[in-house]
Amino acid sequence: MADTTGFRPYTPGTQPPYDAPAYMGTVKRHPKQRLHPLPQTVTETTGPSFSPDRFPPLTDLTNTNGKPAIGERIIVAGTITDEDGRPVPNTMVEIWQANATGRYDHAADQHDAPLDPNFHGAGRVFTDANGRYRFLTIRPGAYPWGNHRNAWRPNHIHFSYFGPAFATRLITQMYFPGDPLLAFDPIFHAVPDEHARNRLIAAFDLDITEQDYALGYRFDVVLRGRNATPMEH
Amino acid sequence: MAIATASQTIGPYWHLLEDPSWADLTRFGATGEKITLTGAVLDGDGKPCADACVEIWQSNPPTSDSFPGFGRSNTDSQGTFRFTTVKPGPVAGRGNAQQAPHIALCILSRGLMKALVTRAYFQGEALNDADPLLTSIEEPARRATLIARRAGAGVWRMNVRLQGENETVFLDV
Repeated sequence: MADTTGFRPYTPGTQPPYDAPAYMGTVKRHPKQRLHPLPQTVTETTGPSFSPDRFPPLTDLTNTNGKPAIGERIIVAGTITDEDGRPVPNTMVEIWQANATGRYDHAADQHDAPLDPNFHGAGRVFTDANGRYRFLTIRPGAYPWGNHRNAWRPNHIHFSYFGPAFATRLITQMYFPGDPLLAFDPIFHAVPDEHARNRLIAAFDLDITEQDYALGYRFDVVLRGRNATPMEH
Repeated sequence: MAIATASQTIGPYWHLLEDPSWADLTRFGATGEKITLTGAVLDGDGKPCADACVEIWQSNPPTSDSFPGFGRSNTDSQGTFRFTTVKPGPVAGRGNAQQAPHIALCILSRGLMKALVTRAYFQGEALNDADPLLTSIEEPARRATLIARRAGAGVWRMNVRLQGENETVFLDV
């Protein structure tokens, strides 16, 4: 019956709205009609599962063909839990990011900053039985974008999570503590609740940091929790 | 109690993750009625969203080593996504209800701060008339935004209009 237990609604204010006008990209892409309520069914309470056999992990983004990427090596690690604090085990996490100069290895990114042939900028990791994950990467650079005059995205790493169900799918971005650009970023600020927003900022963590090797950052993520009782059946 | 982490946009550079083979849910040897599910993602001006990520999930047929149930497609310069999958059968609903065959869609893109969820049903399915979701949408024109139409042998087409005229019904799940 576990699969048919629904997921509870998101806490008001802790998720960004679709209509976030300071982020220009939302102006023509947000729905104007209210979302239509859909009581969850098996379509929403189940979801894909991915196995490392078929989807091989790539947890070290700092080397391509054995050649080191340029930039500051960092370790990013943390735990994925649900809203009841239960670890989310064996779930696939995807990441992608700009290189140390603030350039994506992507045809649409025309920022005048060098690409790094030894840094592609995408990875995949599975959580362990306790919901923990860890990967090694390069600290991404800031880059300009056309949203408003002198707009720069703060340093960030994109994350994609699946969790146990279609209803727990989450895409977010991890930011870095002390970044002065956060104050001006409309994407970060689209999250109304200050506490929820600040949880997108990773914490520097000396326990994750490795001696003579790389600084460590902790980024813990919480996926939607299940309702207390199963749906009527 | 912890509170779920906030969503942020997938942005324009998510293709760094992309493996185009994921758009073919039959690539591991699935058997059944093979179909193409395609359509365009359009913005409030009717212009194509050429940088979107469209994901699908279907709980029928059941997932197996040969059928992942999940797919991901980019949208091209016309905003078009395209999946190859197996046509789903009916799906159990809540209580004793039966759901008409459908595929769940998740739209992610630059300009979307969080995923938009919708469904594709299939034109002409007898069960559509009794489907709990479809029958809960009162306006026929709105309901029609969730119906994929035949567009050739084995090809089903449903556009996703993010905003404005004929705006797709998006779901609060």
